[in-house]
Amino acid sequence: MSYISHNGEDLGRILAAIGIEHADEVFSTVPPALLCGADLAVEGPKDEESLRRELDFRPSRVVFAGGGIYRHHIPAVVDALASRQEFVTAYTPYQPEISQGTLQAIFEYQSMMAGLTGMEVSNASMYDGATALAEAALMALRMKGIRRVAVTRATQPSFRSVLRTYLAHAEVDAIEEIPYDPVTGQTDLDALKKSAGPDTAFFIQNPNYFGVIEPMEQVARIVSGKAGFWGIAVTEALSLGILEAPGEYGPDVVLGEAQSFGNPACAGGPLLGFFCTRKEHVRRMPGRVVGLTEDREGSQAFCLTLSTREQHIRREKATSNICTNQGLCALRAAIYLSAMGPEGLKKTALQCAAGARFLIGLLKDRGIAPVFSAPVFHEFVIPMDEDRMEEFKSKGIVPGVPVAPQYPEIHGSVLVTVTEMNTQEEGRCLAANV
Amino acid sequence: MSGSERVTHFPEVREPLLNLKGAPGKNKRVLPAPFDAAGAADLPGAGSLPDLPDVSEVETVRHYTRLSRLNYGIDHGMYPLGSCTMKYNPKISEEIAARLGQIHPADTAAMEPVLERLAQLQEHLREICGMDACSLWPAAGAHGELTGMMVISGALKSRGEQRRTVLIPDTAHGTNPASCTIAGFVTRGIPSGEKGYLEASVLERHLDRDTAALMITNPNTLGIFEQEIHAIAELLHENGSFLYMDGANLNAIMGITRPGDMGVDCMHVNLHKTFGTPHGGGGPGSGPVLVKQELAPFLPVPRIVRDGSGVYALEEEPYPESIGKVHSCLGNVSVCIKALAYILSLGPQGLREAATTASLNALYLKNRLKKFFDLAYDTPTLHEFVLSDAMQKEGGVTTMDMAKTLMDFGFHPPTVYFPLVVAGALMIEPTETEPLEELDRFVQAMENIAAISREEPEKTHESPRTAPVSRVDEVWAARNLILTWPDGRIQPREKGI
Repeated sequence: MSYISHNGEDLGRILAAIGIEHADEVFSTVPPALLCGADLAVEGPKDEESLRRELDFRPSRVVFAGGGIYRHHIPAVVDALASRQEFVTAYTPYQPEISQGTLQAIFEYQSMMAGLTGMEVSNASMYDGATALAEAALMALRMKGIRRVAVTRATQPSFRSVLRTYLAHAEVDAIEEIPYDPVTGQTDLDALKKSAGPDTAFFIQNPNYFGVIEPMEQVARIVSGKAGFWGIAVTEALSLGILEAPGEYGPDVVLGEAQSFGNPACAGGPLLGFFCTRKEHVRRMPGRVVGLTEDREGSQAFCLTLSTREQHIRREKATSNICTNQGLCALRAAIYLSAMGPEGLKKTALQCAAGARFLIGLLKDRGIAPVFSAPVFHEFVIPMDEDRMEEFKSKGIVPGVPVAPQYPEIHGSVLVTVTEMNTQEEGRCLAANV
Repeated sequence: MSGSERVTHFPEVREPLLNLKGAPGKNKRVLPAPFDAAGAADLPGAGSLPDLPDVSEVETVRHYTRLSRLNYGIDHGMYPLGSCTMKYNPKISEEIAARLGQIHPADTAAMEPVLERLAQLQEHLREICGMDACSLWPAAGAHGELTGMMVISGALKSRGEQRRTVLIPDTAHGTNPASCTIAGFVTRGIPSGEKGYLEASVLERHLDRDTAALMITNPNTLGIFEQEIHAIAELLHENGSFLYMDGANLNAIMGITRPGDMGVDCMHVNLHKTFGTPHGGGGPGSGPVLVKQELAPFLPVPRIVRDGSGVYALEEEPYPESIGKVHSCLGNVSVCIKALAYILSLGPQGLREAATTASLNALYLKNRLKKFFDLAYDTPTLHEFVLSDAMQKEGGVTTMDMAKTLMDFGFHPPTVYFPLVVAGALMIEPTETEPLEELDRFVQAMENIAAISREEPEKTHESPRTAPVSRVDEVWAARNLILTWPDGRIQPREKGI
């Protein structure tokens, strides 16, 4: 397939206008020694039907996997609206007069994310939750007096990995992990007390990686005014539909992963990082942001703003090197939230929590108890060895995400996630085979 | 807007903020409810409902449909943003990528064919770029730059070296300095000189024992091929420094010449530019990193591996020299699959034809426009070229005025005021997918703008007059920082809503 429109006559006109005889003459400035001697060893060209045949993917039948990426119901309007070419094929809205659609939708996304998290401002989204955490740590380290970063060990392992990758290149004295209580699965508050200091930026995930709901009021009491900076990471944005808005606990930032809002699991990406903060930090905030303004006639209009923080103006002194957001994913989130509404989001969050409790009940009937005792949102850890995982795989069932690789201390276990996409029948099937 | 207000263009209706349309009880969606909600009674929930607009399905559909019509996309027409490569985004690529659907990355059975295709994309990118190893995980071009510079930092550390300076020519991409800073380097600009490309003799004067790398964009942001690139690579290597190439402009040279053969050690490509995946109004993009063998151990984890029985899987260990993870999962997988579909669709000759035609289209425009606009450099260019407002400025018409006037002729403007080496730059990249009729229409529009600038310069200050809003006050936005909708206590201040 070729997407070039020129026929022979067009090409003739173009060559004549340029004043060359052969198309290859355009590469006269490329030193001959550097020219490719032969065609690239690349497959194709292929027709559309061949592509459809060869690039075919389908999920397993029954899936209880989450761990930071979730399968949730996506109303049909999300795909229908988000696939409009005016949104899909537009560039970053540098020219606001002809990009008001993208700009208003992202402004509304920012508004809804700020409302859901209980924070004052949101940026226009980030690559994913892990890079949002890393950027939050970098933001904290740019503040006076902050030299250390502490993160709970019950924070999603991939978030902590990306954080370490970024901080390896930053000026930071120490990166500390706050342990969790091996019985409850909640963060060890005594360890937290010892760690929280004015030179420390502290981050906690809630609900944590084990699905366990952290004692946020106690956490807030310990760190507020003690840690130099603190943030709450949310990897299951749907929990915002039912749990207390994290901003209520008074953190400096609330960040995380909002893929659950209208974006499919999609083999792991694209994801949707979100980043919300307080107004006092807005000039330190990384990433794009859309602001409300007016045009010459005084009509409401929107544009990218705070660009003086950004790489194309401040160059090496920029707050971050990010120049895109996950625009279309943020748009999907906005459409999803519009379609779901306040009741819908809350009901769906309740379904997830109820589903997890239903399955825990079935497992308990079979004598299998979750590894941790504290209350969970919609995921929980149970013992399961690798052989059993393989047996499930052969039946087209994914019982969850293996926990052991990242937490060797909890070997032979799996993180099981229930969402509104699962059924009671699937739950019985899983419980019967564990 | 109210019913008494006339639309300016049928059927466009000014659309209020979504929160102003909501009222309790409007949303009547029936949602999946497989479980008994009473089972979650123990959950320590918030007392109130989440803070969201309550609107009906029809209102959601109307809202976003109306918003979409305030936008301009490639399917509308030419989008000549220099260095952004706004080419046509094939529909088949979208259809194929949508098949990833709800596959969860822990669903190893479903992931095997996905990983096989990602490995195939890595192979193809290696071949196109002439590099030895590839990581697909960076989620955007700037993320790729950052990852690549971290890889170089890792390699320097393992050599026991402390080199900190990265040299960046003034014709390189805008994000490069910030990416280097986050990777822990300090940057120093180098002037590219009169010819518009970096001369090896100039670079030589800037090299010292602290030089970690040179970060170059080739072809550069003037559209000029870096003709001394091979000599530059040799100088760097003799000095113990690396050559990083920003692959933003790879579209101009794919199938023609390969960065690896030029001596490039590390580079990123922008799948959303070169390989026709949509820009989505600002992402998701994808910025895979490619390196030579010496740097391969430092690439991010996980790695895609194939076991003895031909099964593809992910591995995080043992890669002790890896910089670690740069993304919580696998980057923008669906963008990677779209790019693969694009490459397979075009094949080797199609890729070459795309590169050639991209330059032909740009040169056609340049030759027809240089009579009316100042061309800052007369060195031959490839896929893009830079004009300036030097001829129009005397009459008080700036690049910004011309950009906004282009909107009134139905075009998205070119990249403006970049690269910084050209004052009042208009950077034009038509891409290979523009039909000749559209190129001609653009030439006519630009000729008209040149004429208006001569005859009625003040008119250009009023543009755009046909866009959904007139010129937007960006200064007011930065000063007042209204970043969310009013929370209900403040009345919206705008007219007509």
